[in-house]
Amino acid sequence: MPSAQNGNGAGIPQGMTAAVLTVNDDMYPVVFPTHHTLLEVLREECKLTGTKHGCELGECGACAVLVDGEPVFSCLQITTDVIGKSIQTVEGMQNGNDLHPLQETFADLGAAQCGYCTPGILMVAEALLAKETEPDDEQITEALSGNICRCTGYNRIIEAVKWAAAKRRGDDWRPDEALFMGSEIPR
Amino acid sequence: MVKAFNVPQADETAEEDLKIIGKPFRRVDGRAKVTGQTRFADDVHFPRTAYVKLVRSTVPHARIRNIDFSGALAMHGVLGTLTGDELPEPFGIMPVSEDEHALAIDTVRFVGDPLAAIVAVSEDIAHAAALAVKVEYELLPTISNFDDALATPEPQIHDYADDGNIHKKVSLKFGDVEQGFDDADLILEDNFFYEGSNHLALEQHSCLALTEDDDRVTVYSSTQCPHYVHRALAKTLDIPGSRIRVIACSNGGAFGGKSDPFNHEIVVAKLALKLGRPVKITLTREEVFYCHRGRHPVQMHLKTGFRKDGTMTSQHLRTTLDGGAFGSYGVASTYYTGALQTTTYKLPNYWFEGARAFTNKPPCGPKRGHGTPQPRFGYEIQLDKAAHVLGIDPAELRLRNLVEPNTITSNWLRIGTIGLKECIDAVVKGSGWKKRYGKLPEGRGLGLACSAYMTGAGLPIYWNHMPQSGVQIQLDRSGNVAVFCGETEIGQGSDSVLAAVVAEVLGIDLKDIRLCVGDTDLTPVDLGSYSSRVTLMVGLAAKQAAERARDKIARAVGEHMELPQEALVFADGQVFPAHDPDKGIAFNEAVVIAESRFGTLGTTGSYIPPRAPGRFRGAGVGPSPTYSYSASVIEVEVDSGTGLYDVQKIWMAHDIGRAINPVLALGQIEGSIYMGLGEAVMEEQAFRRLPKRLSPALVHKMPSMLEYKSPGFHDMPEIVSYMIETNDERGPYGAKEAGQGPLLPIMPALANALFDAVGVRVDQVPIHPEMVLKALHEKQNGREARVGPHKFPDIDYGEPLIVRTPEQGGDGRATDDPKSKRKGLRSASGTMKERDDALKEKSSATLTTD
Repeated sequence: MPSAQNGNGAGIPQGMTAAVLTVNDDMYPVVFPTHHTLLEVLREECKLTGTKHGCELGECGACAVLVDGEPVFSCLQITTDVIGKSIQTVEGMQNGNDLHPLQETFADLGAAQCGYCTPGILMVAEALLAKETEPDDEQITEALSGNICRCTGYNRIIEAVKWAAAKRRGDDWRPDEALFMGSEIPR
Repeated sequence: MVKAFNVPQADETAEEDLKIIGKPFRRVDGRAKVTGQTRFADDVHFPRTAYVKLVRSTVPHARIRNIDFSGALAMHGVLGTLTGDELPEPFGIMPVSEDEHALAIDTVRFVGDPLAAIVAVSEDIAHAAALAVKVEYELLPTISNFDDALATPEPQIHDYADDGNIHKKVSLKFGDVEQGFDDADLILEDNFFYEGSNHLALEQHSCLALTEDDDRVTVYSSTQCPHYVHRALAKTLDIPGSRIRVIACSNGGAFGGKSDPFNHEIVVAKLALKLGRPVKITLTREEVFYCHRGRHPVQMHLKTGFRKDGTMTSQHLRTTLDGGAFGSYGVASTYYTGALQTTTYKLPNYWFEGARAFTNKPPCGPKRGHGTPQPRFGYEIQLDKAAHVLGIDPAELRLRNLVEPNTITSNWLRIGTIGLKECIDAVVKGSGWKKRYGKLPEGRGLGLACSAYMTGAGLPIYWNHMPQSGVQIQLDRSGNVAVFCGETEIGQGSDSVLAAVVAEVLGIDLKDIRLCVGDTDLTPVDLGSYSSRVTLMVGLAAKQAAERARDKIARAVGEHMELPQEALVFADGQVFPAHDPDKGIAFNEAVVIAESRFGTLGTTGSYIPPRAPGRFRGAGVGPSPTYSYSASVIEVEVDSGTGLYDVQKIWMAHDIGRAINPVLALGQIEGSIYMGLGEAVMEEQAFRRLPKRLSPALVHKMPSMLEYKSPGFHDMPEIVSYMIETNDERGPYGAKEAGQGPLLPIMPALANALFDAVGVRVDQVPIHPEMVLKALHEKQNGREARVGPHKFPDIDYGEPLIVRTPEQGGDGRATDDPKSKRKGLRSASGTMKERDDALKEKSSATLTTD
């Protein structure tokens, strides 16, 4: 059972916490200021910089990770509360060297442009797909309503999630050709 | 000895048989972006990094009496402080307005203006120490907006302003404007207002600097323009540019907000040089709102003359820009509120007057569309109004006025291809316009608007005769091709364009290309990711470099195979004779043959835009190698009880010239629509002002992502995007821009749709539901069914520069400005000294491409 050491014990200064975090099934021994959020500890102590920050106030969703499978805004998550829990970040999505279906469809459909909001959106979408094998537009919109993307205009993200869900089901559904080549020009 | 063969030439088939260009392919940085591997500036880590916090002004306008660091310096872990006197050299993106200091000296000019820096071993300590710094201010009057600036010439926010606190005044008169109005059957005059907005790029600005030698410094930054940062650092740090390396990390969105050199970049570089250890800063979201450089709030007065048939006779546009506390790109922004007004519809006579004010707010600058969405908003609404008065269908009215291809506008812009007719046709047919416009049930409506945008600014920010984009290619005997270019990936897909062009020319796989971009030490200069210039300028530089590499390889392989080099085809990773594909060799073998023949292989390519025909002062803003065109129809449903409205569907047709990668191009179109919709419906960089007698405070109303409303997943309507391919000879493979133009029609199309739905006009953005409701009440009470500004400030723009139009037989010069007769080298950019130096160098002729 992982445990936390807080202050004075074992040479840990007051205000600091020593703990082992489980991220993407790997163990990360870390020492961090006790008030630091999971976002800070992931990026600064674990050096897992795939998780991003856009506001540090829970407003943009770029920092979303999964804690025991549930999406959490890591900028609002006090780290000491997740010691011993299973944390998943974008770095753990791949299967070996192969991309996760969500990663594939986001890359192929242009659902990631600058890619800064992408890790957070991928994690929230992953949590959705774990529950819903065939989510509709409304469910995806609802699930991702806490995430902001400034590049894509969102519609492609919704289609990419549906495409990934289809790939997971082994269904050969794919987004409308208009999303790849533009709509057919009416004559 | 090369023998002559009667075989088809490779080039004849190449254009039709493109392998990569025009096909949807996964962006070359796609995998990195979805795995978290892309290294944004804040993801860069070095051991022993120290962290910086800026101490920012808490008052809008004041002299700094005293800065007391004692509390901060007493804190354990604080490594040092920095104030403006250690960085006395001013900087600024435009040579005509270098009015910024890395840290304010003597005077602070807005809430958020940095005046000191604290560096500490951790961000927490730097933050606490910054809060402990005590600053004494001597308050100065607060100038809160354009009208305030006009009424308050003293004290000046900057002493170099054209007039009091009016930073810049422009008046350009093309043709016989008065005669044009005399010839009109209908004259419309309207006031419009366009609120400012922030880019809200999801990534906050971040920068890390470290030293390598006594006086060498490397700077990683989230910048769109590493070259301009490089220049600003050399100037402000007072060390040679050769000892400064700027690496532009991939930007987590930028939209214009990262195209100025910033004070925080200079501060961390200076502190790294002082401390000899890596120094980093990452701004908070609140600080990003203070950096700003976003859309200027613009008031407009638009007067246009129409004949009965809807054709236009004359236009007089007056604009005011609320510029904030510094110049930034503002001089260019001012010109841009008038420059592109002539590019869509024929305007035989045109008078533009613009003025930008300094105010005590974060500086405005370039945001997607840079200065042009505001007048486009007014123009397209006024056309809708004219169509109603004249009884002409709004689409038809526009079609009757279209600019002809290969012409020069009244303000001396050269128009090449123009696909606007095709764009209008597409959205009219797609939306069922003819059957549905004006005929939908009350509460539902359609609105149409169009626009044009530049594909790269014709002139660089500072005057010079060097290429605006350079590409260097290094060929390895393994078959790997390394491509070096100063371009900066901001999410728009510039890396993919660069790789695609090289791969296409050399007939190799995208995976066999290694890119090195945005690094001032290693890559040839590209001016940066702004003005929609990258696809065209980088694309053409890359094409030239790749073609030179191909020709070199072809020459060696041709000799080897005893074939003329023209007979060789580069495709599918092979080099083979066009008439006998089976005789081919692998690309890497071809490189080995070429390297054996010529030695180490490398080529370069560069691009300079063609010279524009305008020769008057101000002619430097507006020219572009080619213009993109867009048309949009928006469908809206309005609840007349509440004023709430729902944008249901958007049709967008964009003349893209040719899509290099359709998926990425569509992403730019959709992203533009999204951002335009944000500005039309909700986004505003607004400020809170208390009554003057109570407080001088002037603070940002909503410096957080929650309060600053931007569209979310729930807010997006269905989008139908048509790409119109006009195949422009001036673009690489015919390509034009896609990243900015499609933003422009959205705001006016929405306003026009609301009119069709409920018969009210909202002549300002963002359009809040209460405005619609108020206009509906006005309508019910028999008053003008309109919400919008009723007056326009009384400004003396000064004597206009008179320029005869091409139609009048003008020569592109002003008739009343003796200075502009000097060899056609005056422009809106560049200081006089730089221009004079350039004149002396006389190196211009050899580098101009046409």
